[in-house]
Amino acid sequence: MTDVAIVDYGMGNLRSVYQAVRKVAPDLSVQVTDKAAAIAAASRVIFPGQGAMPDCMHEMDARGLRQAVLDAAHNKPFLGICIGLQMLFEHSTEGNVPGLGVLPGKVVRFASELNDGQGNKLKVPHMGWNEVHHAQHVIWSGIDQNARFYFVHSYYVQPRDTGIVQATSDYPQPFVCAVARDNLFAVQFHPEKSAAAGLQLLQNFINWNPV
Amino acid sequence: MLAKRIIPCLDVTAGRVVKGVSFVELRDAGDPVEIAKRYDDQGADELTFLDITASSDDRSIIFHIIEKVAEQVFIPLTVGGGVREVQDVRNLLNAGADKVSINTSAVVNPQLVADASARYGSQCIVVAIDAKQVAPGKWEVFTHGGRKATGLDTVEWARKMQSLGAGEILLTSMDQDGQKRGFDLALTRAVTDALEIPVIASGGVGNLQHLADGVKLGGADAVLAASIFHFGEYTVQQAKQFMAQQGIEVRL
Repeated sequence: MTDVAIVDYGMGNLRSVYQAVRKVAPDLSVQVTDKAAAIAAASRVIFPGQGAMPDCMHEMDARGLRQAVLDAAHNKPFLGICIGLQMLFEHSTEGNVPGLGVLPGKVVRFASELNDGQGNKLKVPHMGWNEVHHAQHVIWSGIDQNARFYFVHSYYVQPRDTGIVQATSDYPQPFVCAVARDNLFAVQFHPEKSAAAGLQLLQNFINWNPV
Repeated sequence: MLAKRIIPCLDVTAGRVVKGVSFVELRDAGDPVEIAKRYDDQGADELTFLDITASSDDRSIIFHIIEKVAEQVFIPLTVGGGVREVQDVRNLLNAGADKVSINTSAVVNPQLVADASARYGSQCIVVAIDAKQVAPGKWEVFTHGGRKATGLDTVEWARKMQSLGAGEILLTSMDQDGQKRGFDLALTRAVTDALEIPVIASGGVGNLQHLADGVKLGGADAVLAASIFHFGEYTVQQAKQFMAQQGIEVRL
């Protein structure tokens, strides 16, 4: 039995997620998998993603993983990362596609021509290390308020239920960069590429036993 | 708010980190895995590896290096050098790179940038541009490690790369590279103002003020340097503290 399944639907590189989980949990069995049965059998599931959301939805469905991902999102410790956060929502303006609809709300693009108020252009994609203002949750244990995490994205989530918001960041306006509900936690940034703070978050996820 | 990034650059050949002056005269700087770990400990925001191996026999060495670094260093890793086709991008990503930098091949075959970004996402495609000033306010793109003129205007070329799907531009001034006189700030400003995607300034850093100037005067989103870090003149942490004192937002 696999302790941690990392869902592989063919979009992007999951090696860094795998390496980071191995680093914080050397004694657990960790599997990168594109098999629904392996996702169903795992104790906890990480749902990453890179690239464009329409492609990600398409590739996930092409591998027959939708139901396994939905089940995991509802019944076991589940961590969405980047597009894996965005895909949980109902709709994305990227390619105008529906998401999985696990969480109410949509995914929208950063406006163009953003600036920092001091005359400097803010680039899209939002790429680099930004401060994360987080709420209280066991997943944030040992992580400083306003710790920096590594982001790279052009779209962000707008939950309809603000009660699920677990963190925001600023670019330049606040945007939601983490959500949680029951057994599910999902982040816009890349914990696997966020040095000590990111490894701490992954460690907390591995130790998390939601009721 | 988003921090400006400091990116140490490791030029790698035959399994060693080296540093040249204006693209020639190589000097040994050490083992790439050890150096990568040191910069990670010092708080580097990302690392860039440029494989400058001339012989194709030695090409596989970079994969082993990236694999080893990726097991121990949990910050973004960019790898460039010798990327000719989508399969090369795939191989580097599989070895543990987060982004792949494309230089000469983007000029030879611009479709590669479009294909690679469509397949793996813009976030992992960096287009590297080596630029040389040819007139006031005008810079030409060079390829093949700076040996071949292309006739392309740097600002126009950068715009084209953005439209084809580049997620970021790594902009090196050939005039300044290795000279330790600072970035070509006019070049940096011209390119960063023309683009929506982030620009990494490269080439010419000799002291910490140069890094700060790249951000404040050049408008760069990230600054890349090699020799000031390799030979122990400054640590990445010192560079960040200096920039923070100048009012630049950094990850400390």
